[in-house]
Amino acid sequence: MLHTFVALVEDKPGVLTRVASLFRRLNINIVSLTVGESERADTSRMTIVCEAPEGAAHRIRASLYKLEITVDVDEVGRSEAVIRELCLIKVAAGPNSPHGQQSRSQIFELATVFRARVVDLAPESIMLEMTGAASKIEGLIQVLRESSFDILEVSRTGRMAMRRGHHTSRVLKALGTPGSQPFSAEQNADEPDYALKPASEDFLANQFPEVHEEEQ
Amino acid sequence: MEPQTPAPTLTGAEILWAVLAGEGVTTVFGYPGGAILPIYDALRKFPIHHVLVRHEQGAAHMADGYARASGRVGVCMATSGPGATNLVTGLATAMLDSIPVVAITGQVSSKVLGSDAFQEVDITGITLPITKHNFLVTRAEDIAPAVRRAFQIARSGRPGPVLVDITKDAQQATAAFDFETAKPLPVRPHPMLRAESTSFQQAVDLILGARRPILLAGHGITQSGAEAEVLAFAEARQIPIATTLLGLGSIPAGHPLSLGMMGMHGESWVNTAIQQSDLLLAFGMRFDDRVTGNIASYAPKAKKIHIEIDPSEINKNVKVDVALIGDLKETLARLLPQLPKKMDASWLKEINASKGTAAVRDIINLPDNGHLYAAHVIHDIWREAQAAGREHDTVIVTDVGQHQMWEAQYFKHEAPRSLVTSGGLGTMGFALPAAIGAKSACPQKDVWVIAGDGGFQMTACELSTIVQEGLAINIAVINNGFLGMVRQWQETFYDKNYSASPILSPDFVKLAGAHGIEGATVSTRRDVTSTVTHARTSGKAFLINFHVEKEDAVYPMIAPGAALHEMVRRPDRDPLLETAEDE
Ligand SMILES: Cc1ncc(C[n+]2csc(CCOP(=O)(O)OP(=O)(O)O)c2C)c(N)n1
Repeated sequence: MLHTFVALVEDKPGVLTRVASLFRRLNINIVSLTVGESERADTSRMTIVCEAPEGAAHRIRASLYKLEITVDVDEVGRSEAVIRELCLIKVAAGPNSPHGQQSRSQIFELATVFRARVVDLAPESIMLEMTGAASKIEGLIQVLRESSFDILEVSRTGRMAMRRGHHTSRVLKALGTPGSQPFSAEQNADEPDYALKPASEDFLANQFPEVHEEEQ
Repeated sequence: MEPQTPAPTLTGAEILWAVLAGEGVTTVFGYPGGAILPIYDALRKFPIHHVLVRHEQGAAHMADGYARASGRVGVCMATSGPGATNLVTGLATAMLDSIPVVAITGQVSSKVLGSDAFQEVDITGITLPITKHNFLVTRAEDIAPAVRRAFQIARSGRPGPVLVDITKDAQQATAAFDFETAKPLPVRPHPMLRAESTSFQQAVDLILGARRPILLAGHGITQSGAEAEVLAFAEARQIPIATTLLGLGSIPAGHPLSLGMMGMHGESWVNTAIQQSDLLLAFGMRFDDRVTGNIASYAPKAKKIHIEIDPSEINKNVKVDVALIGDLKETLARLLPQLPKKMDASWLKEINASKGTAAVRDIINLPDNGHLYAAHVIHDIWREAQAAGREHDTVIVTDVGQHQMWEAQYFKHEAPRSLVTSGGLGTMGFALPAAIGAKSACPQKDVWVIAGDGGFQMTACELSTIVQEGLAINIAVINNGFLGMVRQWQETFYDKNYSASPILSPDFVKLAGAHGIEGATVSTRRDVTSTVTHARTSGKAFLINFHVEKEDAVYPMIAPGAALHEMVRRPDRDPLLETAEDE
């Protein structure tokens, strides 16, 4: 089954390798992985979607959490989170394309239906940009194919996820929100941030309640 | 925090040594080379002793043995390229047994990184999966924070090796360094977790309801320093204790509740008790396949409570009912007050009664038939330690193979850190260098190497290090002319096809002699004790070449894939006895 993990990690060289190496070692295929800046300085947020057996989720999450570069990891289900993907699609749309002179207007129509945007118009092609659930993006691609448009290029970002409502992560609570509390108070300003960890010295209660729930 | 006087400016190399000294490091094990020469050049200014090894694998094992014997962080260093790659086996060994080691490697200058420069190798890439964490440092000002973090990571939570790769230009450049602020960072596990009170309640309920509980004592007990808490816990509830290989010594072998080692070569009554148990309390152990046998049939009637600092170990091999994540010592301190004392020892009596004839069949109890068995040798080394009152001051460092299992069976470990052995990776060649590390850490202890003729030859070059360092290490080579453990598997599972397992060895006594180490060969049981005593009291390094039975086998044994109770027991009559002169 597909698992979606959202990880807050340090923004340093080699961090991606550490995460990727973990999945390689567990022999688990990464379906998609997105990384970018987060609301916190020097910290990236990753969404990792992978194909793994149902029972593997705890181990993957705990192993991710164990990496020294990891600040927090969450596993999110479809219902608890907004999951989005961005896709760019280049379609042939010149006089020589399958739909000839009609191409452009037909693609515009499809784009409107799918809430995709036209982001580039060239003599021989159109580029569409679409954001949405993976299934919506696949829907647009399928319709384009079935209407015998000539798809020249597709580039998808892979899924990005964010939990709905207030987060429940104890780690993030301990860290506080970036504006209200210094991120890692004990850090020396001129010291590289090797110790990007909760500012609170307190131990956190077990983040893995599911290990007990599984039996029930 | 304005410092009173401006921080002095040091070179990166000097900063490294200053931080090491600040961490309390007194000994490092290493081998120089071009990319680490600035560091070696600065060594003379610092009160740290450098042990020159003969191969960098030895340096990593020495740091590992140093850490295992003392509980402190072991430090090794090597140059870039081949020096760094030679550390790999040693780091993997430390990783699989969760040993706190910090490895420092030199690296080519940051300006040529990634250009296949002379002796450049991507050692942080290579060691990614076999270190707990690693750093590539390219600026002098980053050395102190990286090395301090390395020590913190190595010893915090579930310990492990950390590598710091420092480019040559970072070693040569200068940076401000403040001795005052470069103090060791506090121990800080990552992730920082502790168990919830609901889980404690579940654990207490299971413990109170159990009639046949067994405590599975792992390496985590000594890692956490929780020996006293574990014993108090077991005594309070009269819970018999089975130990893993790396758990040996965490519970005194002579304690009435101590059953001995579990698993593939554990005693049959121990494994049978586990199979019959209704509650397993796994303390700082990870249900390795060598201790569970076939998982599907493992302890089928038992509920399981797992106390473990590493959340990724929970439900990894064996599904547990209650997991208490966190440091063992702290967790037990919270758990213990919730448990009333129990006096009923009937379960222990039942287990002891099931020992039956197994103990009698033991080779140790058979009359001397003129043959020398490895079991005799190990038993006699133990008796020597006992007779000399040195049970708590003897460290046995084993290699990997049959002798390692016999050591675990016949040497009764009374004290924590008295056995140093490569359990997880099973690294042949570990013993001799690890013993050098152990002796350097604990010079007042008697340190014995117990190695097979195969494994000893893998790192025998370190004999020279022993002499250069003037270390009084006793070496017992259990010489059976075979890669014994391989031969045993070939005997049992490959129709006695001894493919590549007979091994020719040099005359080990002469080899030792060539290094300036005295030695003796022993081939009969009556000569064992006197030679062992002589070695122990000689005050110098001493090698004994024990010519033992060639085709002896380790029993009991669980065949791979078999259930824990399906043990192959010791043969009723040793076939070798039939040919004995005195029959
Ligand atoms: C570096 C390494 N290579 C190979 C092995 C596989 N192996 C395990 S035990 C063993 C035989 C060890 O023979 P010896 O050192 O003579 O000890 P004995 O079993 O005879 O006591 C071998 C080859 C290993 N554990 N480590």
